[in-house]
Amino acid sequence: MNKTATIYGINGPVIYLKGDTGFMMSEMVYVGKEKLVGEVISLDKDITTVQVYEETSGLKPGEIVEASGSPVSVTLAPGILNNIFDGIERPLEQIANVGGGAFITRGVSVDSLDRDKLWNTHITVAKGDYLHGGDIIAEVPETSAIVHKCMVPPDVEGEVICCASDGEYRIEDTLVTLRLSDGTEKQLNMIQHWPIRKARPTSYRFPASVPLITGQRILDTMFPIAKGGTAAIPGGFGTGKTMTQHQIAKWSDADIIIYIGCGERGNEMTQVLEEFSELVDPKSGNPLMDRTTLIANTSNMPVAAREASIYTGLTLAEYYRDMGYDVAIMADSTSRWAEALRELSGRLEEMPAEEGFPAYLASRLSAFYERAGMMHNLNGSDGSVTIIGAVSPQGGDFSEPVTQNTKRFVRCFWGLDKSLAYARHFPAIHWLTSYSEYLTDLAAWYHDNVSPKFVDYRNRIMALLNQESSLMEIVKLIGSDVLPDDQKLVLEIARVIRLGFLQQNAFHKDDTCVSLQKQYKMMEIILYLYKRCRELVAMNMPMSVLKEENIFERVISIKYDVPNDNLQLLDQYMADIDAFHDRIMEKNA
Amino acid sequence: MAIEYLGLSSINGPLIALEGVQDAFYDEIVDFVVNGKEHKMGRIVEVYEDKAIIQVFEGTENMSLNNTHTRLTGHPMEIGLSEEMLGRTFNGIGEPIDDLGPITIEEVRDVNGLPLNPVRREYPRNYIRTGISAIDGLTTLIRGQKLPIFSGNGLPHDQLAAQIVKQASLGGGTNEDFAIVFAAMGVKHDVADFFRRTFEESGVANHVAMFLNLANDPVVERLITPKVALTAAEYLAFEKNMHILVILTDMTSFAEAMREVSSSKGEIPSRKGYPGYLYSELATLYERAGIVEGVNGSVTQLPILTMPNDDITHPIPDLTGYITEGQIVLDRNLHGQAIYPPISVLPSLSRLMKDGIGKGYTREDHQDLANQLFSAYAKVGEARNLASVIGEDELSPIDKKYLEFGKAFEERYIGQGPNENRTIEETLDLGWELLRILPKEELDRVDTKILDVYYKG
Repeated sequence: MNKTATIYGINGPVIYLKGDTGFMMSEMVYVGKEKLVGEVISLDKDITTVQVYEETSGLKPGEIVEASGSPVSVTLAPGILNNIFDGIERPLEQIANVGGGAFITRGVSVDSLDRDKLWNTHITVAKGDYLHGGDIIAEVPETSAIVHKCMVPPDVEGEVICCASDGEYRIEDTLVTLRLSDGTEKQLNMIQHWPIRKARPTSYRFPASVPLITGQRILDTMFPIAKGGTAAIPGGFGTGKTMTQHQIAKWSDADIIIYIGCGERGNEMTQVLEEFSELVDPKSGNPLMDRTTLIANTSNMPVAAREASIYTGLTLAEYYRDMGYDVAIMADSTSRWAEALRELSGRLEEMPAEEGFPAYLASRLSAFYERAGMMHNLNGSDGSVTIIGAVSPQGGDFSEPVTQNTKRFVRCFWGLDKSLAYARHFPAIHWLTSYSEYLTDLAAWYHDNVSPKFVDYRNRIMALLNQESSLMEIVKLIGSDVLPDDQKLVLEIARVIRLGFLQQNAFHKDDTCVSLQKQYKMMEIILYLYKRCRELVAMNMPMSVLKEENIFERVISIKYDVPNDNLQLLDQYMADIDAFHDRIMEKNA
Repeated sequence: MAIEYLGLSSINGPLIALEGVQDAFYDEIVDFVVNGKEHKMGRIVEVYEDKAIIQVFEGTENMSLNNTHTRLTGHPMEIGLSEEMLGRTFNGIGEPIDDLGPITIEEVRDVNGLPLNPVRREYPRNYIRTGISAIDGLTTLIRGQKLPIFSGNGLPHDQLAAQIVKQASLGGGTNEDFAIVFAAMGVKHDVADFFRRTFEESGVANHVAMFLNLANDPVVERLITPKVALTAAEYLAFEKNMHILVILTDMTSFAEAMREVSSSKGEIPSRKGYPGYLYSELATLYERAGIVEGVNGSVTQLPILTMPNDDITHPIPDLTGYITEGQIVLDRNLHGQAIYPPISVLPSLSRLMKDGIGKGYTREDHQDLANQLFSAYAKVGEARNLASVIGEDELSPIDKKYLEFGKAFEERYIGQGPNENRTIEETLDLGWELLRILPKEELDRVDTKILDVYYKG
């Protein structure tokens, strides 16, 4: 029989229990008649404090709170992918079916995963095998894209004394029986439970060495992120945080995407759900939802569950990493999570630090981002968890605490800019405020896999953009007409880079996702154009003559004119630039 | 059977403490009788064992520690609902104030509502034609969207909202049930009157349910008003299959009321003294817009908020912008130039627009055209900055073209009459007409094929 206690006081999502309840920190509890889910957040001899993951209106002092005996955990087994959960891993589809209808009622008790579904299971161990934590005992094709590998829980090891044969099993059916070192027997099924606030163990961590390829030029070329890396996308509202996250979720070469909608719009989650069910993964040809799990805790759902949703998503990601997959987490938005912390901290009447955020904001953020990484797993496979967190700074001001603290713990910073968004330059990632510390780590990979010149080209493009920015200071004061022609050329080439390369149209079928090969070629063409133009300008050809030709516009529209499946067309541009050069020479010599 | 408690333990602003209560629950509504005659309503905001903290909606005037009888009602804040609400006027907690007697209640609902399950939402796609070019062309309103108007004191946001109400029609021209729920929070009498008159003049008064909490009405009541209105809207939309446009004005007063009550509760403030849960509170209101799968109705929200000191980074517009699906920003400079509606198009945005326009909805060129107008108008700003430094005469010919475009765009595209109702074709064609001021090679946001069809010299 589990421990119980009675409610003493209620203040929004925070409730107080009287007396020494004997509950544990972070233990999951069931609150009141409706058995609302909650978590113990502070213990005292006189008062136990619980945060409740559901709306508390209607609760009375004196109602019973029952402890569950375990920390807030997620259920890990086949059925997680192609599904949508709330912040504490309750499937929203089931809530709608059981709770009746379009609105989420309280105290709905549903299983996280379908316990009746039969999975086609292939057992990978045999009697007599000695298994350690993390070892794979069975493989289940979970979706068309992903084979789910059922593993021994990390803290269990023993000898197989009995195992089932291949066939169809439910997730609760026993697959393998182990004899543990103390002689007791343990039956293993497909299910593991794991507390959401505790990182799943691994053997060791690899340094970053492989990029997560997103098909977005400004990311892959200019500010790449490594598999197992961390990135923050800060930006005011309307600058395209969510759009960027959607693009990465759609096109990146991760095996699995965990999309956490934390305190964001309901319609956005519906959109992801609709769109990802229709879109097809370009690599495998399977629906994108087959590799995706959505955690939806929209802004109108209870605030405590919003705080938990980030950890729920992270734990699911680590579980798939343990199977040897590359997982990418989209957390949209970490600011909402930080605000949930602030809201709860305020309810607990804790001493506020900067801007009312609790003083432990930084340590919570670091604990979150440090769970990312490329890992060597307990079972010998390698997998990674990449975290890409959106940040919604108040007023678009990057000096606020969440952005600043996030900056300390991520290595990639994709700063979205309001003025770019106003001019509808998308993605509105500003090339001067953004950075990626992975660039040097990944240089070797680009050298070997794309071209030895890739990083050099990237740096030259970046240098041109920086030159443009300092020239623009002058232009703002005196206009561009007075600049010498070589500087006008820099401005023109920078314009080509901005419009033709950095800007990317997510709604264009060829431009929405671009291969590294095409990105590389595009840079090469732009730099070649720059080189040939510089030769002309050095011979005192004025820029006005150069601009009479439409070569700049042609290079800008390469992104639309060259389909991804016909990259040979790119070679023609070099010849065209030479022809342009010769024509100008002839006409003006 | 309900127990009545005589007397109170303490009164502090709108908050009352009552000790020795039994069976009180969080969020319960209580009924006070002051001096044996005056009725007041309150809500339990905190409970500790036998002590309840109660927020009084009508204000605590006349109450003393021993002249008040308190009765627990045993239910949270509820409102009686019926189709008869249309054409009627209510106070901020949903009681009729138009002397037409009570409504026949068909259903009673908790005003707090419940979160809409994302898997049962339908992604909004049908656009609403407002007849206003700057909105239809650049920040298209979609049915089921929440699109606030960010305004400032003295700007014509009320006229704009009224014009939208008068002219709003569904793009397809279908004749479905359409109604308006109007919630006033802390607005001036004149403003409420203006809306009432406009509704009557345009003949929609029978389709409007008005919930009024005026500037001198109790602050605590203001916190309930939008919830009451949205509960009514949800009922009409999802039970009675109507398309509801909800106007919430002024969200700033609502947030101010929250700050006032929060500080009298002694809560720890976060930004600018607003409580930490401002975002969650705003979100629970705004997220009540939407469409439910398989239901023929919808709730579209048009909240109006006045930005304190025209500051878009103030917590209220800032948090709103993070929740709503875009925003329409009004601009004092344009207003100064007598341009109506003074919509500042660059910071304005409709997030749902991209899926509700284009081929099959409006016209194939809509998205490209809008992108091009935005981008060209952004360049106008750059050219103007330059002109203010070096003088207009010194500008390059292309920059001069941009200045010309900017002026025409503001006067003819953004500017229009308060009764002018443009069709979507008129709006789009006007956009192309203005773009023709610029040379073709400047139009870098338009697909070449579309450019060839629509850019005719």
